[in-house]
Amino acid sequence: MNIHWITQNILTLTTFSPLIGVAVVFILPRSQEKAIRIVSLLASLLPMALSLWLYQLFQGTGHFEWTQTIPWIEDFHIFYRVGVDGFSVPLIALTGLLTPIVFLSSWTSIQKSLKEYFIFFFLLEMGVFGVFVALDIFLFYVFWEVMLIPMYFIIGLWGGPRRLYASIKFVLFTMVGSLLMLAAILYLYYAGGQTFNIQELYGLALPLEVQKLLFLAFALAFAIKVPLFPFHTWLPDAHVEAPTGGSVILAAILLKMGTYGFLRYAMPLFPNAVQAFLPHILTLSVIGILYGALVSMVQADIKKLVAFSSVSHLGFVMLGLFALTPQSVQGANLQIINHGISTGALFLLVGMIYERRHTRMIADFGGIASVQPWFATLFLIVTLSSIGLPGTNGFVGEFLILLGTFRTHPSYAVLATSGVIFAAIYMLWMVKRVFFGPLDKEDNKKLTDINWREIGLLLPLIVLIFLIGFYPRFILHKTETTVLKFIDQVHHTQEKVVQNYGAAH
Amino acid sequence: MDTLVLGISLETLAWLIPGLPLLGALCNGCATLMARRSGQVAPKPLITFLGVGTPFLSFMVTTFLFFIIRSTHHSIDTAPLFTWMAVDDFIVPFSLYVDQLSIVMTLVVTGVGSLIHLYSVGYMAHDKAYDRYFTYLNLFLFSMLILVLGNNLPMMFIGWEGVGLCSYLLIGFWFQDPEKAYAGKKAFVVNRIGDFGFLLAMFLLYTTLTQQGVDMRGGSLNFATLEAQRQLLAPVATTACLLLFVGACGKSAQIPLYIWLPDAMAGPTPVSALIHAATMVTAGVYMIARLNFLYLLSPDAMSVVATVGAVTAFFAATIGLAQNDIKKILAYSTISQLGYMFLGVGVGAFSAGIFHLVTHAFFKACLFLGAGSVIHGLHEEQDIWKMGGLRHKMPVTFLTFLLAVAAIVGIIPFAGFFSKDEILFQTFMRGHRVLWAIGFATAGITAFYMCRLFALTFLGKSRIDPHKEAPIHESPLSMTLPLMILGLLSLIGGWIGIPEVFKGHNYFHHWLQPVLGAGTLINESAHMHGTELILAVASFLWVFHVGLIALILYSQKLDWIKRCVKKMDWVYNILRDKYYVDEIYDFILIRPIHWLSQQILWRFGDEQIIDGLMVNGSAKTINLAGRLLSLMQTGWTQHYALFLAAGALGLVAYFVL
Repeated sequence: MNIHWITQNILTLTTFSPLIGVAVVFILPRSQEKAIRIVSLLASLLPMALSLWLYQLFQGTGHFEWTQTIPWIEDFHIFYRVGVDGFSVPLIALTGLLTPIVFLSSWTSIQKSLKEYFIFFFLLEMGVFGVFVALDIFLFYVFWEVMLIPMYFIIGLWGGPRRLYASIKFVLFTMVGSLLMLAAILYLYYAGGQTFNIQELYGLALPLEVQKLLFLAFALAFAIKVPLFPFHTWLPDAHVEAPTGGSVILAAILLKMGTYGFLRYAMPLFPNAVQAFLPHILTLSVIGILYGALVSMVQADIKKLVAFSSVSHLGFVMLGLFALTPQSVQGANLQIINHGISTGALFLLVGMIYERRHTRMIADFGGIASVQPWFATLFLIVTLSSIGLPGTNGFVGEFLILLGTFRTHPSYAVLATSGVIFAAIYMLWMVKRVFFGPLDKEDNKKLTDINWREIGLLLPLIVLIFLIGFYPRFILHKTETTVLKFIDQVHHTQEKVVQNYGAAH
Repeated sequence: MDTLVLGISLETLAWLIPGLPLLGALCNGCATLMARRSGQVAPKPLITFLGVGTPFLSFMVTTFLFFIIRSTHHSIDTAPLFTWMAVDDFIVPFSLYVDQLSIVMTLVVTGVGSLIHLYSVGYMAHDKAYDRYFTYLNLFLFSMLILVLGNNLPMMFIGWEGVGLCSYLLIGFWFQDPEKAYAGKKAFVVNRIGDFGFLLAMFLLYTTLTQQGVDMRGGSLNFATLEAQRQLLAPVATTACLLLFVGACGKSAQIPLYIWLPDAMAGPTPVSALIHAATMVTAGVYMIARLNFLYLLSPDAMSVVATVGAVTAFFAATIGLAQNDIKKILAYSTISQLGYMFLGVGVGAFSAGIFHLVTHAFFKACLFLGAGSVIHGLHEEQDIWKMGGLRHKMPVTFLTFLLAVAAIVGIIPFAGFFSKDEILFQTFMRGHRVLWAIGFATAGITAFYMCRLFALTFLGKSRIDPHKEAPIHESPLSMTLPLMILGLLSLIGGWIGIPEVFKGHNYFHHWLQPVLGAGTLINESAHMHGTELILAVASFLWVFHVGLIALILYSQKLDWIKRCVKKMDWVYNILRDKYYVDEIYDFILIRPIHWLSQQILWRFGDEQIIDGLMVNGSAKTINLAGRLLSLMQTGWTQHYALFLAAGALGLVAYFVL
């Protein structure tokens, strides 16, 4: 087994590397809690290393890289077909990076059914990797459903008091969307001459009416995941009830499967439908930005506030994707990662304070910056990244999205830009009520500052916040060709369809 | 530019200017955090050394570069340190631009900044978070220098929001007090409203250029690119300038976004001097001067700027008449003086606006630091009615404060006289007679409230609480030294721009000529000297007499004043309560938005309609449908046979009919 062999199979190795974690945790005796934690952490470093290596190996040529095709179910022309481009590689790296961080964050907070907890997370990681590397719609669909199950259990078993309601709601929402998508996938299979190969399907020129129906079926599944207003109501429930690790992965990665779905499937497959539904989606995005921000403002629970802020942030991402300019799509693609970093970090931070005080209500805090200087400092940095202060990652993403959107849809951009004002209001108001003011509650006086483990797990995210803030090019550089090709694809295919359509009549 | 100084290129020196305070901030920040791990405070000598040393070094480098530019007449446009953002034809390099305009601003920022850092050593000596304070203050200086030196709009915006952040952190420095924390948040949010305009302006400028297919590889929003392509920007100039002015209104506290500045006085007094008087709040004026080529394309936007400036100057000055908190008076006076600067740049006299910015930095910093010295001496007393007679106990503070008051009032030959009169003269000569009249009237009001402040604090008899009286003493040298320097500058600082009519050479305006071009001065021909002289003398006599009256009244005739106020208490109350603007904003904006979010969007929209009716409603409907259908599964064979027959009948009917 040499380096060459590993790089040739890097995608497959990355995708299934979490299974090693599953295996070793499985054989460990249940009583060895410490060993389970340490072994899981070590095992999670393997997928991380592979995913970061993949990021390094990725050239950004605009074509799918490191592709592999192995026949799977030949009767139905189903292949194990994988490959990556600028949309999937950053997400894979982010997933690999976040899993050890999540494991570290559960060091003391998760006490029951430890083995299952880590096994589910490894399975989830594998499912997520699979979704991002698949180039065969059937394969994609399998992974899409696979990752649903561990997430269901993570919320349902380790969640808060209303975890059952939240987990069922999460599954039902996702299922409703996926079923329609499955029907659309099957239609595509036959319309495309019995193939699930996404690269072949891209060239398919379907009539507008058919495109519209198929687009809606795909878009619904993805819009629920994103979540696009008004399909977001599962999100606050799921976030509030999920354990910290679940919230982090949910916000940082699972929501992005929705935006990724638009980028990989819904938009390039049905370019004419994109054009037809463009105003609607842009409108919903802008509503989501403002609505999410305003509703965040009045939340009493910090975690719910962060959850609603995701609706606002993802509104920016959707706006950028559908504005279809190089800056807006680049910005959106970057903001997908940024949101994972910032909101992931926010959930980690909220988890730390919850573990100490067993409450997340803003009103229960006040003045805790006095006793938790490190916690307050890191929280403020992440907050600033979340509200898009220049010099942090959030600014670059939002700025490029808005700049790009302004080129094609100035009025939407103006409305969306006002979202930056509200973001400052809801985040800083919360910070003020939690951290500042007199330290007047007895329980808060005894709060201990975060320990080195907690600082250590946050540090990579803090570094990324500033690194992307000042040098976003280490990501933008890798994704630029993919983005330009994507825009070209959506526009170019449109023209082709119009020509074919015109010729047929 | 490959000139080397001790082996260091000029570009490297330029980078050192913001780099040094950044280094200070990073080191102090790490030291602070590490010390807090063990519940300690970082070693004070270290913090002082880094916190005060880096700004001074930065000032020395700036001075050096100033002389280089003076002798070579070349600006320094550094090569990009790296490319910040780059997507397609949108490119933002990370580079600095040092020219005649930005070096002046940098001198003010690092010079006055260093003095205030030094002053803080004494002022904050007993504070428990001395280390955190210097971290923020250094970080502010870094952000401000990026704002000033950045060679493109997005870099200016890094500084623009960066100084906003530091302002937020420093206003709420004593965060245990909820009101101070609130004031910090308010400042940030109001500034964000302004930044909204700034952002849109950048989008508009870039979009316009890219639609025309301009080659922007050097940097899409570089000042140089914009200036070179200004003809293409003409159609959008008015919109862009007004949007940028929204940003300026936020940062520089002009109507209608000035409301955060008076509250910002919650921060430590040196912070008020540095950020909320001398440097940050003048960023809006600097930005307009920097973009003078853009503003010159739009006379409409210019007159909006001038009008808002003049009205704000007047409006804030009237509020200043009835405030009793020494820092609040100075805050309204700052708003008012900023109004003058906007009046200057708005009528096209960019260099006059910048001139006033410079002198204002001297005398207002001096005033604030003097006020800080008084507050420090009186153990946090800020009510001027509980002061009086301090001239004996605090002689240095008294003297330097006097110099600064003379400067802001506009007494010949103090700094403010030359700069303020330059603005008024330019306003008059460029045909804005109404605005000139407003400015002229405001000068009188300024003289009145400043002399009122001065008399109540330093003159007359002491009204200090006897318990506090005994330990009052002059402040330590670290505080009085900056006061003396700034006091001196309040006297001579204006001499760099003495007009020809007073036998001067207008040095300052000639210095800025390469950047501001026509925006410096209307050619001073001899026949205008008469007008200029008449206006200057008139304005001097006006402020001199008003000031004198105020001095006499507030030092000798306090009872008479009190009776007068009682008679016109409704006017007094309106001024004291600041025209109720905060309350109006609260009523028409903040409460409705909060109510809309809480009651309509969340409780009704989200919980009842979307989640209640649509999501859980459809779940209930399905549940109900399931129950109804399950009724059919009765378990009776006869029933199933019946359904079967009915179905068959139905099918037959469908095909037959």
